[in-house]
Amino acid sequence: MIISKSAISGLLDKLIAEYQVYAPVKEGAYSLFKQIKSGSEADFSNKNSKIPPKGILFPQSEKLFSYSVTPEGARVDECVDSAQKVIFGVRPCDAKSLLLLDNVFKNDKYEDPYYLTRRANTILVGMGCNDPAATCFCTSMNTGPFDSTGMDLLLVDTGDNYVVEAVSDKGRELAAKLGLAAAGDADNAAAAKVKEAAEVACQVTTEGLKAKLDGNFYDEIWDRVHEKCLGCGSCTYSCPTCHCFDIVDDAVDCNGCRIRNWDSCMYPLFTLHGSGHNPRTGGKERMRQRVMHKFKYFVDNFNATACVGCGRCIKNCPVNLDIREVLADILGSEARDK
Amino acid sequence: MQKLAAAIQDAAKKLLDDQKVDLVVGFARGSLPLRSTPGFIRKSCDAGKLTWDYSCENNLANYLRKREGKVAVVAKGCDTRAIVALIKENQINRDNLYIIGVPCSGMIDRNKADELLDGKELLEVEDKGDTLVLKGKGFAVEAKLADLCHDTCKTCCYGTPVVYDMLIGEPVPAKAEDNFDDVRAFEAKSPAERKKMLAEDLSKCIRCYACRNACPMCYCPECFVDCSTPVWIEKAPDTADNMLFQSVRVLHLAGRCVDCGACDRACPMGINLRGITRKMVKEVKELFGYEAGVNMEDKPALNEFTADDPQPFLVKE
Repeated sequence: MIISKSAISGLLDKLIAEYQVYAPVKEGAYSLFKQIKSGSEADFSNKNSKIPPKGILFPQSEKLFSYSVTPEGARVDECVDSAQKVIFGVRPCDAKSLLLLDNVFKNDKYEDPYYLTRRANTILVGMGCNDPAATCFCTSMNTGPFDSTGMDLLLVDTGDNYVVEAVSDKGRELAAKLGLAAAGDADNAAAAKVKEAAEVACQVTTEGLKAKLDGNFYDEIWDRVHEKCLGCGSCTYSCPTCHCFDIVDDAVDCNGCRIRNWDSCMYPLFTLHGSGHNPRTGGKERMRQRVMHKFKYFVDNFNATACVGCGRCIKNCPVNLDIREVLADILGSEARDK
Repeated sequence: MQKLAAAIQDAAKKLLDDQKVDLVVGFARGSLPLRSTPGFIRKSCDAGKLTWDYSCENNLANYLRKREGKVAVVAKGCDTRAIVALIKENQINRDNLYIIGVPCSGMIDRNKADELLDGKELLEVEDKGDTLVLKGKGFAVEAKLADLCHDTCKTCCYGTPVVYDMLIGEPVPAKAEDNFDDVRAFEAKSPAERKKMLAEDLSKCIRCYACRNACPMCYCPECFVDCSTPVWIEKAPDTADNMLFQSVRVLHLAGRCVDCGACDRACPMGINLRGITRKMVKEVKELFGYEAGVNMEDKPALNEFTADDPQPFLVKE
């Protein structure tokens, strides 16, 4: 199938009539996924959004339910969002990250109705990456610039058009509903050429990383790698796979609501106990947790690495603490220490 | 620049070889264009990793509070102002600190380069002295160094370190006094306009607290935003709470902010945080004639009281 670029805005307008549509919107030099009211707001010129679209399914702050206690008893009103959504222009790394998040919100111990309802009602229209950024290392993290895993449709930019690939039944249905024209052989050939030309220059070695992390909890490498870290949440909040949260009650008298907020393992409050004890006392323990969670614990739990190589943490870190260098340091630490 | 970097390396090597310090905090080459990164050097053979150019934007005073042992630091003018302010607040022991001062005529704002390139990716930079050529796939844009500088650096009158044990390079020429034109333009607006402007900017905040953590003067063991009894502000990045967070942050920096712009530089969302801190810097300067961290002698504005202190906030009969 094929869509002309000049028809994208109209196509988005058509979608807006039926769905909540989210697409990258330009905000100065960067772009952010936002709900759009008109197709003309969407802009696909940036390589990827500043903040990942995970917040559409797992908002930074969401009300889970409200409650009130009356003489008749307690009343609880769930706030499950079941609106039909389309996220348009999701990059392969971000689509892949949602598959990873699925493991957290749906497993044999727990099913999260808030995330899963949104997830079930969301269609992902992906956008391949013709020209990956220098900070992208997706091919080292089990995905790639045209990996359609997790998407419903994938768009391939061939210059004047997008060649559309249907990935799932949901995607096929949407394409049929939109009445997309069939792509000619020349268009398909152009798409194949674009895919072949896309190059992810940056490679990150992960071979042996898990085995290394299995045994280096007390290694002196952790004394060094965190040293310049300021302990802010710029990396975790711009990470498409970070998913730690904190639940608070906001109540006045007998009425209140329960709210779930993103949290960050880089904050001292993250593990602070009610007793005042904090098992992760400083930057060293927090940085170790972040690396271990992504490259060891998540692998232990779900047999996948919780990093998709989007490079946002590298770009957003105020002190240029580069996860690629941290991983290389960890892998090379033994050799260097000798 | 290369000469300065070499001189910094030599100084660091000598300090470590002579065992005058255990650690040198400086800048090392970063992993992105226009990006240096804080570097921690403990062995003299690693001194070659130190660098110096127009991308050394971080305030290294942040790494000096309550340090054990003898430490040397590579410090620009604004870093030394923060060091002075921290010494006065008993956060740094001057006797254990060796300051390698490096005069600075301005650091580059990567956001300005990004805006100039309108989202195109910067891959390489060619230094031509007064101009830089920003290069990427299929483009090369030449820009004046002065146009790419952080706004902080444009108004900064303390490019030459205010305190040091050794100065590398030539002092930068004195500049005209900061006239706070940016703050005056803000003050000229109506309260409603000001509120709208701040709300618009602060609606972008994601509460990563990079501004707070990058600030050398923000070091409370418990920040009010993290306090749970009582909850001063909600954790959700609601615009009204974002404004409260910044208001308290700025008020807590009254007479302490050294106007280094570290908060502004750290913000991943490009919020103009310095616009707010500078309003307070101007107030303190106008009321008490005090600028934080510009010399070792002045007593901090909030640590001193004189009978003729201005009291314009008092209701006059």
